[in-house]
Amino acid sequence: MGKAWVFGDDVNTDLITPSRFNLTTDEKELAQACFCEARPGFSVMVKPGDFLVAGENFGCGSSREHAPVAIKACGIKAVIAQSFARIFLRNAINIGLPVLVCDGAGKIHEGDELDADLQKGTIKNITKDEDYKAQPLPGFILRIVQAGGIIPYLKRHSIDELND
Amino acid sequence: MGTLAEEIFSAKLGREVHAGEFVLSDIDVVMSHDSTSPLAIKAFEQIGTRVFNADKIVIPFDHVVPPANINAAAIQKTTREFVKSQNIRHFYSEGVCHQLLIDKGFASPGKIIIGGDSHTCTHGALGAFATGMGSTDIGVAYATGKSWFMVPETHMFRVEGHLPSGVYAKDLILDIIGKTKANGATYRSCEFAGSTISNMTVSERVTLCNMAIEMGGKTGLVQPDDKTRKFVGDRDYRAIAAKDPEYEKERTFSAADLDPKVACPSRVDNVKSVADVAGTPLDEVFIGSCTNGRTDDLEIVARIFKGKKVNRFTRTIIVPASRTVYEEALQKGFINTFLSAGAVVCNPGCGPCTGRHQGVLADGETALTTMNRNFTGRMGSPKSEIFIASPATAAASAIRGSIADPRE
Repeated sequence: MGKAWVFGDDVNTDLITPSRFNLTTDEKELAQACFCEARPGFSVMVKPGDFLVAGENFGCGSSREHAPVAIKACGIKAVIAQSFARIFLRNAINIGLPVLVCDGAGKIHEGDELDADLQKGTIKNITKDEDYKAQPLPGFILRIVQAGGIIPYLKRHSIDELND
Repeated sequence: MGTLAEEIFSAKLGREVHAGEFVLSDIDVVMSHDSTSPLAIKAFEQIGTRVFNADKIVIPFDHVVPPANINAAAIQKTTREFVKSQNIRHFYSEGVCHQLLIDKGFASPGKIIIGGDSHTCTHGALGAFATGMGSTDIGVAYATGKSWFMVPETHMFRVEGHLPSGVYAKDLILDIIGKTKANGATYRSCEFAGSTISNMTVSERVTLCNMAIEMGGKTGLVQPDDKTRKFVGDRDYRAIAAKDPEYEKERTFSAADLDPKVACPSRVDNVKSVADVAGTPLDEVFIGSCTNGRTDDLEIVARIFKGKKVNRFTRTIIVPASRTVYEEALQKGFINTFLSAGAVVCNPGCGPCTGRHQGVLADGETALTTMNRNFTGRMGSPKSEIFIASPATAAASAIRGSIADPRE
């Protein structure tokens, strides 16, 4: 269970992590960079288990992986959006930041208490007593997410097993 | 049988594949630069010790070269050590990553190219399936030489007619993005075709494909033709062609209807005519980038600058996209023209494109550039604004000191 932090459409990766933070791979520093200009203090206010909720085309722009890494490092449990930009979605899956594509994201308000079952793809809005369904992740992508990301997956499997 | 994207994957995998299928493919070129190599190396070291093939990895330093501060120097040092320990030959510090992939023949028809940079889609101009990925994907590719893909559906962008005088490939792609919108082609292969495209040089096609990502595209693609063959040479040419393709969407554009365009703050799809914003005062003009930093772009600028001076309150920064471009510009006298006009010429690289050096913007400043992105804070202060346009518009604007129509 966690609080919803709501953003609009077309939230780009320059907004999530300004490019001057591309010099660090340190997760703590990247957490502090997260939305530092758009919502100063975001990383301090977010509590582990909270959710990031957004509209269309979340994570558009640069391929910088620093963006999903920063979001995960803040303690965000999952990003729920009406749609994702392609590279961000892929990066999030690869680093083990769960993403849920959900039409109902538009109904969630800032501060709503949410719970999500990532396996089933269901989201419960406790504050509004509403339930939403997310699109199931296809095929081997689910296996990557369930492993916690592609690196944990590849520590236990060969990449060729993705073909199975 | 299918679209260019389907044909390229089918040829690579040795079996017919279709849009929507998930495939695991070998990669021909794996690229990362100074900003994206560190996380890629971190990922690689968790699953491997030797790279899969040192000759298929290309690492150009371009984003902050030479390093502008201790942090940049430190991460470049770490990446250099990785390059040495893995015997990676293709390591450069002489221009923008995408320009080097083109200059040095890494991009050619039929190749599968992945890069730790969203503008990797550029290389579709040479008939490669090229797409940007995050550092972890690149690190996995360093180790395995493979990556997973969903074969994308294709949107066809058909352009007919001749571009009017003063209107260029950059104006065309801005018009297309303005109409298609930032997520209008998400996950799609953006194929460009039609008489306008056939008549374009390879360099102009590069400008188009470079910006496919700004519509959400997975890649941009132009069917290889004689111009491609002349550019890459017979050895690297492949006659890849769509066969009875099915496009998810087709859009048509008329080149003759175009006028000079500008993407206004702070979205790439916020496109207007230059005429609508003419007169906006400018603190900086930046000419360069993987979009428009090539010799033909600089030639246009030199023509406009000849015998003139840039406005003394508009710092004008010109960054040739690669050493090869810089050398050509020197030989042709363009650099002299730029210097006489009062412009600053920097070493080849990304320059001020990502706000790290060589032309950072302060609170309240406005820039017009030939790059591909104008998000808030991209070039420095979140309280600065960026317009994007063609090299001709940029040159005319530098002289005026405000946004100017290059046709005047």
